[in-house]
Amino acid sequence: MMEPVITQDVQTELDRHAKKPVYIHLETTNGAYASHFDETFFSSGAYIRNAQLEYEHGKITGNGPFRVGLKTAIGWVYAEGITHFEKDGTGRLLLAGHDFSGKLAVALQISETPFE
Amino acid sequence: MEKERHVLVIFPHPDDEAFGVSGTIATHVQNGTPVTYACLTLGEMGRNMGNPPFANRETLSKIRKKELQDAAEVMGIQDLRMLGYRDKTIEFEDDDKLTNELAAIIDEVQPSLIITFYPGYSVHPDHDATGAAVVRAVRNMPANDRPKLQCVAFSRNCEEEIGQADIVNEVSAVAHIKIAAIKAHLSQTQLMAKEMEEQLKKQDPQVMARVHNERFWTYPL
Ligand SMILES: [Zn+2]
Repeated sequence: MMEPVITQDVQTELDRHAKKPVYIHLETTNGAYASHFDETFFSSGAYIRNAQLEYEHGKITGNGPFRVGLKTAIGWVYAEGITHFEKDGTGRLLLAGHDFSGKLAVALQISETPFE
Repeated sequence: MEKERHVLVIFPHPDDEAFGVSGTIATHVQNGTPVTYACLTLGEMGRNMGNPPFANRETLSKIRKKELQDAAEVMGIQDLRMLGYRDKTIEFEDDDKLTNELAAIIDEVQPSLIITFYPGYSVHPDHDATGAAVVRAVRNMPANDRPKLQCVAFSRNCEEEIGQADIVNEVSAVAHIKIAAIKAHLSQTQLMAKEMEEQLKKQDPQVMARVHNERFWTYPL
């Protein structure tokens, strides 16, 4: 079950997955209907599923919603707006940010095996 | 509503049928017409997770699969097919592969009527791409063998450009089934269904008209 972020718990999981080959799901979205409901709204989003990488260290910061950064040998992974987390049954770290109506707005997930 | 031999519904997301087509489906089922529903994805990239969230990005597909099966049962659909594509990727699939897969289903089911989205007027890229693939598959058939093709459209500009819907199905007799089908997609419709039911109880004329009339555009093949 996704729960409101407890930074120490998330940090422990970020540390646990560091310096290992991992699979990343990273996503931002405001939904395909955003511009349909509000013509002045500029719809955008991106996702990458099963990017394989290894990060040297990861950190969660902020006072909520939170920010998460993973530093790799030659670059970065970054997500902003994180509100919820879950360490799921298979040991994956699922991080998500839900907007004020509860809709998913951002997700960053780390797994040692590929996502389905 | 005209009696059909077999109805084939093709949509990309679980719940695409709920608001605009479930009454029509339920009516066909009550008329004794078999209905096949081919759903391309499991809506795994949906944004509604419940509030507080009871789903996450990884469990959403399983939850929505179950909701789709429940909705199909509510509507009385015997033949539900989940085609295994991924949400938000339909427009990037190989066009011919998609066309051929849908053509094979059409060939097997031999529908007298196909219901899908009107390409170009259905807002979500998956909707437009699915409708376009169905149109390609039907156009590849000899003219005499083609089923009727009725499309759902709801973009802002649709009536300006393609006119008024030429088919309006009055489905008040199965409104309770329609509400139950909408509710079956719990993760996506939680808030909306509740609001809608209350407005219906108050007999809000706009909401009643929206729930009781399902609009389709015959596609010019
Ligand atoms: Zn849809």
